[in-house]
This record gives sequence, structure tokens and C-alpha cells, in this order.
Amino acid sequence: METIVIIGNGIAGVSAARHIRKLSDKRIIIVSAETDYFFSRTALMYVYMGHMKFEHIQPYENWFWEKNRIELVRGYVDHVDVANKKLLIDGSRALPYDNLVVATGSKPNKFGWPGQDLHGVQGLYSKQDLDLLEVNAPNKEVCKRAVIVGGGLIGIELAEMLRSRDIPVTFLVREKNFWNGVLPEGESKMINEHILEHHIDLRLATNLKEIVSDENGKVKSIIIAETGEELPCDMVGLTAGVTPNIDFLKDSGIELGRGVKVNRFLETSAKDVYAIGDCAEQHVAIGYRRPIEPVWYTGRMMCETLAQTLCGNRIEYKPGHWFNSAKFLDIEYQTYGWVFSERGRKDYEAQFHWRHPKEKICVTISFHNDTQQFLGINTFGIRMRHEVFDRWLTENRDMDYVIEHLIDANFDPEFYKHHEAAIVAQYNAEFNKQVKSRKKSLKRIFVSS
Amino acid sequence: MSTYDRSMSLAGPPANIQWHQKLSILLGMFGLCIILLAGFNVEFPNRGLWLTTALTSIFAGTVWFSWDLYRGKYPGIKNDKVWFRSISNLGLGGWLLGIGITAFYIILYFYPEYLGLAKKGPNTGIIALFDPLSKMLSGNPASQWFVYGTLYTVGILAFGIKFMWKYRHNRYERIRTMSVMFFQTAFAFLIPEFMARLNGSSVLQGGSLPFLDLKNIWPLNYYNFESYRVKGFLSSGDIGFAMLIFAIASVFVITPFLTYKFGKRWYCSWVCGCGGLAETVGDSFRQLSDKSVRAWNIERWVVHSVVVFVTLMTTAVIYSYLGNDTSKYWLTKKTFLIGVGVLLTAVFALVMIFKRDEFKKDAKYGAIGYLIVILALIGFHFYSGDGHVFLFQSGTLRKSYSFLIGSIFSGVIGTGFYPILGNRGWCRFGCPMAAMMGFQQRLFSRFRITTNGGQCISCGNCSTYCEMGIDVRAYAQKGENIVRSSCVGCGICSAVCPRGVLKLENGPQKGRIDANQVLLGNDVDLMNLVNQK
Repeated sequence: METIVIIGNGIAGVSAARHIRKLSDKRIIIVSAETDYFFSRTALMYVYMGHMKFEHIQPYENWFWEKNRIELVRGYVDHVDVANKKLLIDGSRALPYDNLVVATGSKPNKFGWPGQDLHGVQGLYSKQDLDLLEVNAPNKEVCKRAVIVGGGLIGIELAEMLRSRDIPVTFLVREKNFWNGVLPEGESKMINEHILEHHIDLRLATNLKEIVSDENGKVKSIIIAETGEELPCDMVGLTAGVTPNIDFLKDSGIELGRGVKVNRFLETSAKDVYAIGDCAEQHVAIGYRRPIEPVWYTGRMMCETLAQTLCGNRIEYKPGHWFNSAKFLDIEYQTYGWVFSERGRKDYEAQFHWRHPKEKICVTISFHNDTQQFLGINTFGIRMRHEVFDRWLTENRDMDYVIEHLIDANFDPEFYKHHEAAIVAQYNAEFNKQVKSRKKSLKRIFVSS
Repeated sequence: MSTYDRSMSLAGPPANIQWHQKLSILLGMFGLCIILLAGFNVEFPNRGLWLTTALTSIFAGTVWFSWDLYRGKYPGIKNDKVWFRSISNLGLGGWLLGIGITAFYIILYFYPEYLGLAKKGPNTGIIALFDPLSKMLSGNPASQWFVYGTLYTVGILAFGIKFMWKYRHNRYERIRTMSVMFFQTAFAFLIPEFMARLNGSSVLQGGSLPFLDLKNIWPLNYYNFESYRVKGFLSSGDIGFAMLIFAIASVFVITPFLTYKFGKRWYCSWVCGCGGLAETVGDSFRQLSDKSVRAWNIERWVVHSVVVFVTLMTTAVIYSYLGNDTSKYWLTKKTFLIGVGVLLTAVFALVMIFKRDEFKKDAKYGAIGYLIVILALIGFHFYSGDGHVFLFQSGTLRKSYSFLIGSIFSGVIGTGFYPILGNRGWCRFGCPMAAMMGFQQRLFSRFRITTNGGQCISCGNCSTYCEMGIDVRAYAQKGENIVRSSCVGCGICSAVCPRGVLKLENGPQKGRIDANQVLLGNDVDLMNLVNQK
């Protein structure tokens, strides 16, 4: 029987196993150095905050794997021998494969800062990082101040985590507004304000110069590049993005870039070796997507495709319309289609931005300057219906249509205050239009099902 | 540097928070102590005043504590440290509290004399302390049930306010909580007491109504159609008759209609008293419900057995007091049994004709339950003698139901085990009303929890905070809507979701149970390909 070995038990590896099992009876083995069972990486923060125990972030009960004949091996893959189709685990065990799937995810970026390997300095990605955080920052007595370097999604999560234990946090962000390489300015600024509301010492346009050690090799303070200021601290979180976790493949002969190079079929340069998830790098970026997409959803989508290929129906990875979500402290963020920040803005892209006068709620819709075609939406503090935006993007709806039917896309819980009227009014005023908000229609919303 | 100093002062919470919390706890404890002292027969000179002081202290202490807990915090999810506290993580605190509440329930149900209930003469102890309030409302001295009802209402009101602060950003939760607070205070507590004042008056043509909480519907209110109650209704003129009709309509018309429109949440988490207590006082324990598939299997067997039991018991009780003579009253033993049989057969047939595809494995369980009931009905008819039904006396059947289900299950275990089984142990494993509405919710209702395309990140907050032990994530991460019979529609899964994936809503039945295996966001051709199979 054909054996498929998957390295990595994150969302990509596990979804691949599940989909392959659904389509076939092949032998499936998942190798992981991190944990015995799959857990939701995005939920690690909630374990530290006390919302859940670690067992709660494991989406499947432990009997699931045996029942579905998915074999789990705990160990670190040192070497991949593509010529003989064999893995070497923990320097001793050899594991032969017929097909190999690399789904090893990422590791935190380190940019060569002096002191980046001191005790008390860490990233936040793995289960081990979470355990380490319990050592470095168990409470505000042991950790009197933490410094976070890098203003992205993991940075703000780490800040929220530490604040849940009342640990004072200084947050160094290289950009002049939070995450403004991705978010348009109005949104970035709103998040700046919200970070301050949570009593986080946000330092914008600030870079780390070095991390200073005490006599025991543990972090004592950090020095800020711009001002030379020295900040005493007990823990430093490095959250300046992630990079594919593929060091073990360096001598394997598989073509590598920053990640494992793959074609549209997710095939690597080696025969019968595939790569999916965070660690895969497309030769040519797909649409506006980046060649490497360290995103939960893309990891999951790739394996739906790969399972088909591995089970005899070779198909290309063709992701649909871009979508993503995150939560910044108390503010939920969703995006559908493409809304670019000032940095990545296309010449044809125009944007309409509405912000609630009091609450931390805003919407940015981007559209084509000439054709008025709807291109994408960012929402903060309002939930939107994925299905509806996906449909509108496919149907190439124009801006007036989207504004008129915005209420159909609202996904907030029942009885929530609606903001469509205010949004439509501002749209009309700004663009000199007479669009009228339609009434919500269940018929339109549920049309496809 | 100046910025550094500023952030230091921003960082720590004000020092007096601890101080506030301690005082508020002390105030609440003071109120409880007054009641406890009364229990040890300490004589309070002015009972009315002391009772007011006690209840006000408990209420104010709880509200003060909650205000202190949530003030100064930005609106949002407040589950920090839930699993670190021994009271809410099945630790020592939880077990001690559980044992404490359980002990209270055992005394309440089985040894009310320790609360001061007197068989003859005036009450003593705690019950006597509540006499002034009871006399003010209904004109009668208090009973252990009045004491319980009062404390229950104070609990729902005080913790309801806490809940509304905790979820102050969520209007669904706020409005729902106002609803349970209203129904508890008005329907469960005040109206029945006021109605008692009418007993014997000309409005009721001299009759006297049984104690009736209008929103307490059969089979939750399993004794509603017993002989003494039906007699009470029928003796009380038009009002009494109207109430009997309302009680029957509640079962056969109102409940099915509202459950069709809104799912069973209209009752379980908007109206019901048990649900009201669970959602407010019990909110801190919702994460303790067991989410394993094993627990789900136990749940289905236990709760449906209770449905069969209550149907049998009620049929037997009504059967036992009906006559055989059609000339006296149109409803005789025989017509009643035939009526019940026809009704059950009709329901079963309808389900099998219209919904058998959605039924599959469950059909077997349904059929077994149905068979038992039908066989029992036949048994009633052939083996019943004078007062005997089957091998049991209907009285014995009723007594064992009342003891096992009414007292032990719904009270002692249901509430006493909040810190152990979670706050909906009774609703999940025991309540026959919830099971019957759940059956309808699964098959004939517009309600569902919609999963938002492909946005789920499998974090598990929804499953963890589901008080009914539904593994919500198992559906959401596959892109499936959640249509489960046990869902009471509390809306917390949707509230705690960090990515806006879940929405409780009512919509067309077509496509409600939607099992797309490939999540939205992927290649359209692939999705079509996979979903064709």
C-alpha cells in the first residue's frame, strides 16, 4: 500500500491527512516534533490568558487519529533523502515514503539584533514558545516589564496576552502607524488609539538597537535605535514576522528559496515531494497574493487541492477570492477582496472610508477608479458575510450595488445597531450620489443555498 | 524619559480595586449571614426590616462586585483567567461550592423543617424571616418554596446585571438577559403570588387556582395536568378555564409555533426560569460542560428517556382520574388513551414521511421510544384495574418521577452541580421540554447558527464556552451550519468567536443544514467537484 508521509501536524498537514483519508485508503503518517496531537496555533494565546486549557485548542479528540487510521509519529526530521525516498528521524529512525508532504510551517524572524538569543528573549509561534512564556513572564512580579518588537498580528496578540496578567508592555513598531504596510491609514490610526486604550506603551516609528544582558546572560534592558533610550525589562518578544521553517531541507537537494519552491500543483523540484502551508513558496505569486502566505486559511485550502492530486486527480492550486481575519485586542477585523495600504496601493484603486463618530468601528471599501468595480472591503468592529462578498466579487459588482445592498452582507449578531444608513449617507455626500439602502432580503442572502 | 514614566502609571490598575472587591464580598456575605443566623433560630425583632437588609445586601454586594470587575475595562470578551480560578476550573473551590449548593437543595426538597417550616402554628427560622414579604404579596405566610423563589429571583436579577455588564457590547445578550429577568420577576415570582390573593373571591366564582407560573409549560411543569390542578382551574370560573386552555395551547400550539419561527431559544434562553438561572448565576460555569462525543451519546439516551418517562407518567396520571362514563364527561379513559395514541402516531408518521432523510441513525432511537410508549398505552388499557396502570399505581409512577426527575435531577444535580457539570446539566441531560423542542428544532425550524464561509480558525472558544456541550467548532471548521437539537441559542459561541464566524439567525429551511466539505475561499471548480460527491 502506498505510504504518504506528512511532516508537520499543523493545520496544513492535518487537513491534508484528513482530505486524503476521505478520498483514499492510503497509509498516512504524520511526523511532528512539536506536539503529539494537532492543536490550533492561532489559539495559543487563549491558553496563556486562561480562556482555555491546552486540551481545548485541540480540535479533535485523541481517539480521532486511530479511528481514521492516521498514524502519528513524534520526532524531529533531520534529513530527507529524496533519492531513496527516506526520512531520518531524530538521527536514528528511518522512515520510507512513497509521497512526502512538507508542511513544517514557520519560525519567528530574527534580524541579527545584538542579544537576540539571550534568556528572556523569545518569539511566539510554537507550543514550546508558549511554555517558555510561562517561564519568562508568568506574572507581573517576575516580569516587571515586557518589550515587544514588531507591530504585526503576533505582536499585538502577545501584547494582549501579557496585559491579561497586568504585565506592563512596551510595544516597538517600526512603521509610523500600526501594521500600516497592510492597513490603510485610517484603520491603522484607529488601532493605534485602541492599543493605547489598553494601557500598552506604543512606540511608533521606533526600532530596536540592541538587547542588553545582565551578568547571567538574561535580558536586562533594551536600547532604542532612534533615541538611544534604555528601557529596563525582563522579557523581550520578537514578533517581526515569520520565515519558513525549512532548515532541515538545506542539504536535501530540493529547490529552496525563502521557502520550499513549489509549482501550481504544489510539487517541489523533487519527485513525489510536495510542500503546503506557510513553508511553501510559489515560483510566481498568484494574483496579488504573496509567494509565501503564512495564513491559516491558505494552509487549509492548499491541502484540499493537494489531496486531489495525491489521490489521482492532479489539479492546480487555484485559490478563490482573498479573505482574512484577525482580532486586535477587542476589535475584530475581516477582509474580503483586496484593500491596499498607501504602500501597496494600485493607481486605479480608490477607497471609501467610513468611521463611527464614537465607537471603534470602521469600514474601508476599495473600488476601481474608472469602472467603479468593487475590489474589496476591510471591516473593523462589524462582522460581514463571507459568502455574500465572495459572490459580489465573482459577479464583478460595482460600488453603488455594494453600498445599496451592504445590509445583506452584515453578519453582526441579532439586535446589533446597524450602521448602513450612516455609511450610505457619507458615500452619497462624498461622491455626490443618490444611493438608497435596500431592505435586508433573506432571499438574496441565501440565494446560493 | 517622560514617555516611560507615563506608561508606568498607565500600566497598573488602581490600587483600590482589591479593596472595593473585598468590601463588596463582605456586604454580600453579611446579607447571607442574616439569613443563615435566622436558620439557627436567632430571633430578629423586626423581620421585615432584617429581611429587606439581607436581600438588599446580597443584591447590592453582587452588583457592586460586578461593577468593580468590569468598570474601566473596554467592552469585549471577559474570559481572562477563567481556567486559572479554582471555582471555575473544577478545582477545590468549585467542588466546595458544588457540595454547598447540593446540601442546600437536599434540605430544601427533603428537610424543609430545618428551614423552619412548621406543620402547625407559625413558621420559625429562615421561613419565618420571609413571612413579612410573603404576607405582603399573597397574604399568606411563607413556605420553603417562597424562600427559594425569592432567593432565585434575587439571584437572577443581581447576576443578570453582572451578565449584562460583562457582555455590554453585545445587544443580543443584553436584551435576552432583560427578558429572563422580566419573566422570572413577573411570571415566576410576582403574578402567582398576586393570583393567590384572588382565591375564593367572586372573580374566580369562589374557586381557588393552583399556584401557576404561566410560562412554566408541560412537560417541564410535569404536574400541571394533575387532578387537583385541573379541578382548581375548572372551579375558578372563566379565568380558571382560560388558564387551563392556555396551558394546553402552550403545549400544542404556542410552543411548536415559536420553536418553528425562532428555535427553542425563545423559551430556553429567553423565558425559562431554569434557563434564566443558568444564564445568570450559572454563567461562570458554562465552560465546564463536557464536549466529548461520549457525553453527547449519554445525553441523547438520558434526555430522551426522560421524555418517554414523563409522557407515560402524565398519561397514567390523567388516565387514572378520568371516568368511564361518557354521559358525565366527554373525555373518558378510553377516548383519552386513543387520543394520545393517535397523536403520537401522527407525529411519528409525519417525521418518517417528511424528514426520514435527516433522521438516519436517530430514527432507530426514536422508533424505540415510540414503541415503548405505544406498548405502554396498550398496557394501560388491558392491565389497569382500579387505580392501577400497568404494574404500577399511577401515584407511584408520579411520585418516582417527582422524586427522581423533579427533585433530584432538576434541583439537586441540575443546580447543585453547576460548578461540576456546568450550568446546563439539567437542561442538557434531563429537561423533557428542552428535548421535545430540540426534536422540533432539529427537524422543523427556521433557526440555525450560520457558519461564516471559511473564516473559522478552529480556536475552540465556541466549543469551550458552549454550556450545552456542543462541539461547535467541529461544524464551524468544516464550514457547516450548526443545527443541533440541544442548542438553546444563548449566543455565547457567536460572542466569544474572535473572527466573527458564527451568527444565530432564522431563515429558510432549505439549505439550512449545509455540509460543504470544502470551505469557501478555495477554487470554485474544486468546490463544485468535491460537493457533487
